[in-house]
Amino acid sequence: MIPAAFDYEVADSAAHALSLLAEHGEDAKLLAGGHSLLPMMKVRLAQPAVLVDIARVGELSGIRSDGGELVIGATTRHADVAGSDLVRAEVPLLAYAAAQVGDPQIRHRGTIGGSLAHADPSADLPMTLLALGGSVEITGPAGVRTVAADDFFVGPFETALSPDELLSAVRVPRGGSVPWGYQKFVRRANDWAIVGVAAYDGRVALASMGGTPLRALAVEEALRGGASAAEAAAHAADGTSPGYDFHADTEYRKHLARVLTKRALQGETG
Amino acid sequence: MEIKLTVNGTARSDDVEPRLLLVHYLREVCGLRAANVGCDTTSCGACTVLLDGESVKSCTVLAVQANGRSVTTAEGLVAEDGTMSAVQQAFRENHGLQCGFCTPGMVMAATSLLAENPDPTEQQVREGLEGNFCRCTGYHNIVRAVLAAAGKLSGTEASSEASA
Repeated sequence: MIPAAFDYEVADSAAHALSLLAEHGEDAKLLAGGHSLLPMMKVRLAQPAVLVDIARVGELSGIRSDGGELVIGATTRHADVAGSDLVRAEVPLLAYAAAQVGDPQIRHRGTIGGSLAHADPSADLPMTLLALGGSVEITGPAGVRTVAADDFFVGPFETALSPDELLSAVRVPRGGSVPWGYQKFVRRANDWAIVGVAAYDGRVALASMGGTPLRALAVEEALRGGASAAEAAAHAADGTSPGYDFHADTEYRKHLARVLTKRALQGETG
Repeated sequence: MEIKLTVNGTARSDDVEPRLLLVHYLREVCGLRAANVGCDTTSCGACTVLLDGESVKSCTVLAVQANGRSVTTAEGLVAEDGTMSAVQQAFRENHGLQCGFCTPGMVMAATSLLAENPDPTEQQVREGLEGNFCRCTGYHNIVRAVLAAAGKLSGTEASSEASA
């Protein structure tokens, strides 16, 4: 499978990338690791006229502390997030989640910003950012704006990003001793979650339970009211409308959400 | 677009279409046929090569993304005098292959894994090869081969398994 023809531009700075986006408009797509975009281009679900490669823009990569948060550049690869001593110590949920993405080869290419901008509702990092209560920095013609994870995912594969904007960094709260759990139910190695659950500090987020990653708000409310993990997890599927496919029907996904939420709230990983 | 890169230690310069995939560049432009096109969907790992020493699936990398970088295929693991790498040798000695289609990708994934973790447990080897499928159900001997390459099997045990 071969992508449709496109023009290829290499950005040497974030500003250069923005100017290329402004020049080419909606015909352009940003390319970093390409592990969400290139598969879509190969099956012609995406046919951008121009690819703007931002993988070599140094200012968009790297991990640093900023007060109570870690700031992770958008083009930082999953392998680098998963292997970072700083992330492992300060945001262990994110390090764990990054290590669950795809397989080693995919983690050598795929980036945190790319995964979030792709906004697959079954993916690891979107639900993780929701559970952490993190945010994304978006750089555009008018400057930098920060969008909370709760407001970033607006539909299936759809985010608050405009075509002339660039997801430049990810912000997550530091909290090395905050309790967390992570559950990803798959039937095959290297697959997307049939249902996924990330829990952090009383916040619970679900993957594959709707068109976007979702907060399990009824679970969080029950926890605030003093419910046990088991009691709260019984509400995990409240208000969700998951899809169905050959792996799982709607009722089975709701069942999984309850079981996996209980495990995640108990701090289990899997 | 002109790209300049190093392939198996040799500097190259080629004019390529931006949409040319790295695996097609390696096979059709460079004439290196070790990396196979299997699933063509970033799943099976048959096209795995090293990009700056790290395993990647070359069906999901553009040749232009490798501009200025170093690519290694299974051919590049063999010394000039024909001596195979420790990983390649271990695959042969431990019968880590049957039909052989997945083997170049397995060898490259294992090479990358051992570079990152020279002393893996069996579980870490299995997880480290998560991105490579063998449809001859040969995983057992593949895992043995990687452990042998890491020096985790004694010579006696490895050779008795190989002749069994």
